[in-house]
Amino acid sequence: MNFAVLVFPGSNCDIDMLKAVEDTVGQPVDYVRHTADDLSKYDAILVPGGFSYGDYLRCGAIARFAPVMNEVRKAAAEGKFILGVCNGFQILTEAGLLPGALIRNKSLKFRCHPVDLRVENANTAFTLDYEEGEVVTIPIAHGEGNYYCSEETLAQLKANNQIVFRYAGENPNGSVDNIAGICNEAGNVVGMMPHPERAVSELLGSTGGARMFTSVLNAFKKRAESGATTGARAY
Amino acid sequence: MKATVYVTIKANVLDPQGNAVQNALHTMGFHEVGKVRIGKYMEIQLDTADRAQAEERVKAMCEKLLANTVIEDYRFELEG
Repeated sequence: MNFAVLVFPGSNCDIDMLKAVEDTVGQPVDYVRHTADDLSKYDAILVPGGFSYGDYLRCGAIARFAPVMNEVRKAAAEGKFILGVCNGFQILTEAGLLPGALIRNKSLKFRCHPVDLRVENANTAFTLDYEEGEVVTIPIAHGEGNYYCSEETLAQLKANNQIVFRYAGENPNGSVDNIAGICNEAGNVVGMMPHPERAVSELLGSTGGARMFTSVLNAFKKRAESGATTGARAY
Repeated sequence: MKATVYVTIKANVLDPQGNAVQNALHTMGFHEVGKVRIGKYMEIQLDTADRAQAEERVKAMCEKLLANTVIEDYRFELEG
């Protein structure tokens, strides 16, 4: 299984993301620059955290127009596995691949500490190896992670089981309905503010994020066994 | 021609910066201050004299990039 880790000017969690793939699933993984115009060899595309384009205008607003994003949009439509973490989540919402938006934390503080997350949907490609309702510890590090969406969108998220993670303890940023991560309707695109790539070893303080990587490898294997190449929830 | 673009946070979306500034103004003794909302002001020089076309293109700029219409509203004026 081939992984791509996208690198925009200002990405700063790309190395952590690549190392997390190597350490958890040991699959081939490449850095792919924002100028790339072909992602066809990759099965999973990881959009890492950071401050792409200096967060100018809005977080993720400029990155969504980078050439590589056209390829990400194609990959999403083909049913490939896409994960956006932190700034990566912001980019995916700005790109319209995930609904809603991330606004300034209610407290105005940059929050950087471990949080407890409840796994609300264990059927996405990135959460197969978790149990629904399980609580895992994964760190956050953001100033603009306050998830906002309209009431209609929230109702749709709930109806389609698109809420993947909720903050299990204190809500650190004011997110609507304690939302920490969501997926698209098909379940192949996931975005979250917490950093699973920073929680893949006891030495890092937690292994709570490691199963996101094993999950997507298992999703890929299941899809290969079933002979499906694309399509919604066809793992 | 010059476009002046105003991007504001939708009325039903929380504005933590506005709330902080409101609190600061109260602390400073400006008790008459009610709600404070913070937005963005942009000046864009346009190399065109066609007003109708400018109107259409600035609207596209706002929809595509300058505002995120999930959380923000925009309006603009054209001069010159």
